[in-house]
Amino acid sequence: MQVTPELPRWWHRFLSKPVFLKIALPVIIIISWEVLSVLIGNEFILPSIVSVLLVLSNPFADILGSGSLVGNAFVSLGRVLIGFMVAAVLAIPIGIGMGRSGRVHDFFDSTIQVFRPIPPLAWVPLALAWFRIGLLSMVFIIAIGAFFPILLNTLDGVKSIKKTWVEAAHTLGAKERQVLVKVVIPGAAPTIWTGLRVGFGIAWMCVVAAEMMPGTNSGIGYLIITSYNWGQVQVIIAGIVIIGIIGLGIDILFKIIERKKFMWRELDR
Amino acid sequence: MTLVLEDISKDFEQRNIRSSALLSINLEVGEKEFTCILGPSGCGKTTLLRIIAGLEKATTGKVILGGSIVTGPTSRTAMIFQDYSLFPWRTVLDNIAFGLEMKGVNEEERHKVASHYLDLIGLCGFGKNFPYELSGGMRQRVAVARALAIDPAVLLMDEPFGALDAQTRNMLQKQLLEIWDKTQKTVLFVTHSVDEAVFMSDKIIVLTNRPGTVKEVVNIDLPRPRDRTSQDFAKVRRYVLGLIDEPQSI
Repeated sequence: MQVTPELPRWWHRFLSKPVFLKIALPVIIIISWEVLSVLIGNEFILPSIVSVLLVLSNPFADILGSGSLVGNAFVSLGRVLIGFMVAAVLAIPIGIGMGRSGRVHDFFDSTIQVFRPIPPLAWVPLALAWFRIGLLSMVFIIAIGAFFPILLNTLDGVKSIKKTWVEAAHTLGAKERQVLVKVVIPGAAPTIWTGLRVGFGIAWMCVVAAEMMPGTNSGIGYLIITSYNWGQVQVIIAGIVIIGIIGLGIDILFKIIERKKFMWRELDR
Repeated sequence: MTLVLEDISKDFEQRNIRSSALLSINLEVGEKEFTCILGPSGCGKTTLLRIIAGLEKATTGKVILGGSIVTGPTSRTAMIFQDYSLFPWRTVLDNIAFGLEMKGVNEEERHKVASHYLDLIGLCGFGKNFPYELSGGMRQRVAVARALAIDPAVLLMDEPFGALDAQTRNMLQKQLLEIWDKTQKTVLFVTHSVDEAVFMSDKIIVLTNRPGTVKEVVNIDLPRPRDRTSQDFAKVRRYVLGLIDEPQSI
């Protein structure tokens, strides 16, 4: 004989909602974290949630003389922006050129295939050797990280342009340059935008790592590595949370713009 | 502007095997004429149209439009594709104005002209919409307006109604004839539908199976507007159908 436990109806209704699934895992993680931190009982290994929240609740407070969470996050964001722009300025024209011309494609392709699988961080020692500690070597690493997703998406976007768009433009009197500006670029724009979004995500990952290079003295990555040296694990975790929030926020921003400006990609057909 | 094709042939090379798609086509299309190119699928009729549009080069022969040889796409001819190929990121009005924009016409002027053609195709009020908000038939009308807006001498249409349902298709055929009547353009229309060809054209050019060559030019003298259900229509239709069904000797 089976006995079904009697649970209130609202509980069933709650369980059947998708929102339950979405918050389930975060809740599990937070609870296990708290349980583990109590069990371990050592703030230098796993601090309690409260001490992390304490750090997060004072985002403008100076930490260990290294600046605040927010201040350092902005420094990192500035570096990412520079490196990301450098990558975009190089990758988009090369991608368009490769997508439009077989000769340009052949010229770049083999080199790109060789360099693409190298993780951006493998460049760190070289960056240090060439540019020393400082903005330039960080920008270099960030740009390498963002370059390939932007390039490959641009290439893909240009290649997947409908042939008849270009032909229609030609029969309507467009010159090569006009086809490029009025058809190829707007037609590939949604895919290029995806590349920028992915590229920015990777750039954001790279900056944190780049800031952990010896000799750096600002940025969220620097703050984390300094906190490690001082045994401030709650600051490390707070820094990681900030990195996650900013990364997520920028991704959402990209997606909002994508939905607004490039609606046609989903609806055309 | 008369359109003359002199000895057009087209070979394709695939994996080192040369095959002939079009063989020595000679044609003359008179001004303001509505001409259909009719043939079985794969006979090269689309290739022929693309050669006339300057989108593809003929292996031999030349296309002469109004006395001068066509070497590439020109705004004297405008092509309408089966898949409409509207620019989905542009509004309907900006799609129609595209050709004028390429010519450097200022925005106010080109929107004025585009609005006129929007009226002509019966879609005024849709100028600010995007192509994806329109039905297939409406999109193809926009493509026609976009082609007309550059005021070409010849309108080239590559199975423009092929992707539409029968009802929409019949409606658009009538509308296209009205537009043709109003604008007095030369129209060259590729189709594989005998019914469509007989309903629309002054002249049907029947192509043979691949390699396509002109089998017969049929003049259609039925009075317009034509009645699909009339006996005369059926007679012509049967005759043209016979040309297509005949076993090929080449």
